[in-house]
Amino acid sequence: MQRNIYFLITSLEKCIKIRYNQECEIYNYCSIADTEHTAARDAHPADSRFQIRSKAAAFRTAVSICYQGEKKKMKIVLEHLTKKFPSRGKKNPGDVTAVSDFTCEIPDGELVGLLGPSGCGKSTTLNMICGLEAPTGGKIFFGEEDVTKLSPELRGVGMVFQNYALYPHLNVRQNIQFPLENLRGKDRLTKEEMEQRVSETAHLVQIEDLMDRKPGELSGGQQQRVAIARALVKFPRVLLLDEPLSNLDARLRLQTREEIRKIQKKTGITTVFVTHDQDEAMSICDRIAVMQNGVLMQQGHPQEVYDNPSSLFVAKFLGTPPINVFQGSVRNQMLYIGEQPVLPVSGAADQEVWAAIRPEGFLLQPDGPLACHLERVEVMGRDVSVISSHSACTSQTLRSIISAETRVDTASPTVRFALKPGKVFLFEKETEKRIPFGKENS
Amino acid sequence: MKKNSGKAWLYLLPALLFLIVFMVYPLIDVFIYSLEEGFNFASQTYSGVGLYNFSYVLHDPYFLQAVKNTFLLVIITVPVSTGLALLISVGLSSIKPLRDLYQTIYFLPYVTNTLAVGLVFMILFQKTEYTDGLVNLVIEWFGGSSVDFIDGPYWAKMFVLCFYTIWVVMPFKILVLTSALASVNQDYYKAARVDGTPKLRIFTRITLPMISPMIFYLVITGFIGAFKAYSDAVALFGTDLNAAGMNTIVGYVYDMLYGDSGGYPSYASAAAILLFAIVLTVTCINLLVSRKNKVR
Repeated sequence: MQRNIYFLITSLEKCIKIRYNQECEIYNYCSIADTEHTAARDAHPADSRFQIRSKAAAFRTAVSICYQGEKKKMKIVLEHLTKKFPSRGKKNPGDVTAVSDFTCEIPDGELVGLLGPSGCGKSTTLNMICGLEAPTGGKIFFGEEDVTKLSPELRGVGMVFQNYALYPHLNVRQNIQFPLENLRGKDRLTKEEMEQRVSETAHLVQIEDLMDRKPGELSGGQQQRVAIARALVKFPRVLLLDEPLSNLDARLRLQTREEIRKIQKKTGITTVFVTHDQDEAMSICDRIAVMQNGVLMQQGHPQEVYDNPSSLFVAKFLGTPPINVFQGSVRNQMLYIGEQPVLPVSGAADQEVWAAIRPEGFLLQPDGPLACHLERVEVMGRDVSVISSHSACTSQTLRSIISAETRVDTASPTVRFALKPGKVFLFEKETEKRIPFGKENS
Repeated sequence: MKKNSGKAWLYLLPALLFLIVFMVYPLIDVFIYSLEEGFNFASQTYSGVGLYNFSYVLHDPYFLQAVKNTFLLVIITVPVSTGLALLISVGLSSIKPLRDLYQTIYFLPYVTNTLAVGLVFMILFQKTEYTDGLVNLVIEWFGGSSVDFIDGPYWAKMFVLCFYTIWVVMPFKILVLTSALASVNQDYYKAARVDGTPKLRIFTRITLPMISPMIFYLVITGFIGAFKAYSDAVALFGTDLNAAGMNTIVGYVYDMLYGDSGGYPSYASAAAILLFAIVLTVTCINLLVSRKNKVR
């Protein structure tokens, strides 16, 4: 029992606190957990935090908190990270830049979504954080430690691959144990410790009853959890997930993303999550980073990025149904779509613009300024989608979502909208950069 | 239903006819021959029915020599050729530059004419009045004494036969194994690298199990092929293999039928059935072992 985990009950406020330490052996802490815990439970029978029933349960709770105990401010800092792939053949000379000048800070213990369309370099970025690919420029820091030149196993990362990459000839238990068997030197574990760790991790992701099955006998969601368990069993400092949900069907996807969120919260491990599905990223991430063509476009809290996109690309990429984009112009601090003045935009200079309006930014008004040709109405139950067309709109139809109480006159060929200022964004025609107006300006 | 099954038999007829004429009938015939004692080929008569032919063959020193040769050949060439092929395939799949060139070179023996190969081996090993052969020249250069590989001691002849066999069967094995290695999903290796798995462990715990179906396939076909070896020995040692002491079981069967001392189809049949029993047993054992290690 060389692995020293030290467990103590510090105060009644802070129920249990555990950290890696050189002082105490694992079975000791187990017994401490038991006796002191019983005492605390007897003293405070009403306090639910002390309702741990058995030694084994205490042990598991202890270990799951271990993750939080161990972390030493494990923020990830990427500095000017660049990856160029050498050209292939004479047909396309010149290097291919997959990631260019990527600078980003991932705060400790957060779940961060790397978001972008396929081929935008998000997986390459993840591979560089993991150490599977060496960056051609820039630096990677885990906490204060420069890990740019370290190999993956020295970085202490756990990775979940898109297809899970579970070894098909090993059963679940052997798969999870595989990383532990590689530990050498002072990290080496005895057989009992390995089994202990494997069963703790299995408990964490709730796959204890699948331990003797082969990956081929598991459903996609179960395989996913096994893959997460295999990534977590080494107590990594950072967990990396490469499109973890793309192989699951829609229902499982919803369920599994909650699962991932729960596990991440439970362990408090800094997690980077790559996805092309903005829905996924928005729903579970503390923070998202949107990429396009290898360039980081914007990062921040999901709602913040959604409410405040810095470029037309980000505005178009986030949100379902997608944002509606119009060709417009600003004249005398007034936004014109077609020849109709639709919204006062104080502070914006006269120019041609892209006017992007979120579907929920439309208000049905009989005398509204924006007149559109009504195509059809889709009743979704909770709200109503009005599908209409407008000559200045860049897509064939535009979709607006209004509350179900509003009655839409389907007999009339035109439908008129007023716009909510906070849901309308203006972008420069050439650079597609955001043009601030109204209150944001002041 | 009845009508349909009649139709089905009609459709099956051509294939069945061929199978019966060329497979089933000869097989039965061989069994019958092997049980007919004192068969006279010219008059097509026999004196009795029994197991005497088997007893004769099993007591024939030439047959025992052939069995010994065949078993040695099998035991040496199958593991060595499969192991070497695996080594070379792993090497091939881990280098990038010139891989195609190496692959072509390793595949050349497969498409080369047997006679041309025989000629090459002659240059390598045969002692003539003018030269001792390339291999002997090398041995002499290192200070050893020359060995007659074609007419010399048993071990030298066995070595040449094994060497030849390995060299001939390797290209196909390399081809199969390189494609098997290439079909292993790279993500498994990435996952192993993230966990800091040493190279050797990656090979033994991931690569080998992943390509094990192909290895088993090669071992089974290798065993069968080596048990049926004959032409290789002829190419190296001429047609009188009994005199050279390098006969194989198939060679013994052939000699009993058509050789200088031939004309004994009963003995040939008995030997052929013994070979069949050996191959069947070995293949069954192989299949049992491979099923146990089967990857789901």
